[in-house]
Amino acid sequence: MTRRTEAMLVRALRDPTVLATLDMPGWERLLREARHADLLARIDVLAQRAGVVPPPGPAEHLQNIRVLALAQQDEVRREARFLASALAPIGVPVTLLKGAAYLMAGRAAAAGRLFSDVDILVPKARIAEVEAALMMHGWATTHHSAYDQRYYRQWMHELPPMQHLHRHTVVDVHHAILPETARLRPDSASLLAAAVPLRDDPRLQVLAPADMLLHSVTHLTHNEEMSHGLRDLSDIALLIDEFATDPAFWPQLVLRSRQLGLQRPLYHALRHAAAILGVAVPQAVAVELARAAPPPPVALLMDALWARALRPLHAGATDTWTPAALFALYVRAHWLRMPPLLLARHLTIKALKLHEDRPARAGA
Amino acid sequence: MKVADLAPQALRARLQGAGLRLRTGPAVFAVRSRLDAVADGIALHYAEHDSPGEDTFSDFHVSVDRPRGLRRWWRPQVRFLFDGESPFTPLPGDQGFPMLEWGLNWCLYSHLHRYVILHAAVIERGGRALILPAPPGSGKSTLAAGLVWRGWRLLSDELTVIDPARGDLVPVPRPVSLKNASIEAIRAFAPQARFGPVVHETTKGSVAHFSPPADAVRRATERALPAWIVLPRYVAGAPTALTPLSRGRALMALVDNAFNYNVHGVRGFETLADLVERCEAFEFSYSRLEDATALFNRLAASAALRA
Repeated sequence: MTRRTEAMLVRALRDPTVLATLDMPGWERLLREARHADLLARIDVLAQRAGVVPPPGPAEHLQNIRVLALAQQDEVRREARFLASALAPIGVPVTLLKGAAYLMAGRAAAAGRLFSDVDILVPKARIAEVEAALMMHGWATTHHSAYDQRYYRQWMHELPPMQHLHRHTVVDVHHAILPETARLRPDSASLLAAAVPLRDDPRLQVLAPADMLLHSVTHLTHNEEMSHGLRDLSDIALLIDEFATDPAFWPQLVLRSRQLGLQRPLYHALRHAAAILGVAVPQAVAVELARAAPPPPVALLMDALWARALRPLHAGATDTWTPAALFALYVRAHWLRMPPLLLARHLTIKALKLHEDRPARAGA
Repeated sequence: MKVADLAPQALRARLQGAGLRLRTGPAVFAVRSRLDAVADGIALHYAEHDSPGEDTFSDFHVSVDRPRGLRRWWRPQVRFLFDGESPFTPLPGDQGFPMLEWGLNWCLYSHLHRYVILHAAVIERGGRALILPAPPGSGKSTLAAGLVWRGWRLLSDELTVIDPARGDLVPVPRPVSLKNASIEAIRAFAPQARFGPVVHETTKGSVAHFSPPADAVRRATERALPAWIVLPRYVAGAPTALTPLSRGRALMALVDNAFNYNVHGVRGFETLADLVERCEAFEFSYSRLEDATALFNRLAASAALRA
């Protein structure tokens, strides 16, 4: 694989007009990379916006993913309202996070976003009431093993995922954006205090622009599974494109990153958003955040790891070091999320339980 | 070119190289595998299928192989990979060819959302298609297999692919999978059927495939309009009995057996409701395949007379 081919998805995200110049092998490579990175529906939207008419074979795949994306978006819109109704009686507003927030707030980052669940943030002091209210409305806890329950309830920043008994939809109820055990502990009360109610349904709210971006950043830098790293980076690029039209955004972002203790993750994320997706970061912001950079040898290592992790991850776009880089980031993400002894214990238990996490049996 | 036109070495070279291109129904697969069972299965069952050149656009890149490491020797397994990812658990032993077939089905029903896709056998006679939706074990594949050897054209034994824009059915003629006692029943019923080896110890018991008739493969682009929905049930010793089924229950049977009904919203409901509207629907119980095929041939003949 040459550098040119491995960058196909990245090139399309950077400049969708290149879609008009792709030959058939180029399309095939792009579709595979995009599907693997969970960005196929976004490529579809970008192609439509750029007025590109793909050749018949690729066009059918974009049509397929469009059907799925629209169905998921309809479902998230419905679920958001069901959640609002469930929590209205206890007076807890539903603060939507990530994809559901982009969608319901009409953010550009909703473009071609696929969903597996809805993430919400509620005050920690109300978490038991929230769980009870959701149970009253048909959601039930999953992950029944005692260890999993303890993992979530004692150490994590969220309840075990709750699934609706009839609709089978899943909601992740968070009380913070990073785990209880993490080194960095951005203040949830501060995030909730700054949240913005939606105009057409004030029972629903989303994080303020700078906070929304910072949450997307922590999701990128603290996630163990890097398979959606490029998707997260693309979300960040779209959010910045949209927010940066407001001159107050960059100063506010720097201020909030300092208040919430998220300067280092923001430094990493902006660096790669600029290098990979060409996001324009003002000089003054880059200089300010460079003070939060790790010491030079660590910074070099981190750059090498991220550069691999953020490549499209199908077999053709990886190199010898990719598995090692992914494993290093997997361990690092856990390292950031848990103190060493707890981490060692958790990884051991996860390793012994691996067989329980297999996907479904072959059917049909 | 057809797969049959490839010399055995050339077939293996493609399977072990960039991937054998295989056109089946609405998709082109690029298949890679080092397993003899897969190469032999493809040579036997896909002989009549088109294998376009390596520069042809491939919808799905898949492989079936043994995982690396200890598992190669200790209780060997086979795994199916789609673009390097494994959508389901590896299987023990020599299930390479059944694994490929399940994997190809999975690729189609979990991606081709421009269609509504049912877990149902579908066959056609005189331009009219008979849809057999039913859970595994109901005898749908056996009945479809019987009819395929008594004058009906195979569209698919697993996937009924409905085009919502046109209301017609897209053929996916591929090997027909039979389980347990059905294997011997069809061997006896249709000695001309070309069977591959019986694979034991699958999650479904013993599995064997027979090749799709050449005519079904040749007519793979010829769509069909739905005419009958039949819920089959094999009951040992039972007489052949065809009972009318209400449209409402027929619709629910289609919904219950749909792979991707949920992604189509209102259009999915309308597609299936329109389909039920244009079909006659029945429940059908049988034990003797000869009687069953005779009955459906009379049904097809009387429909042809009415037309």
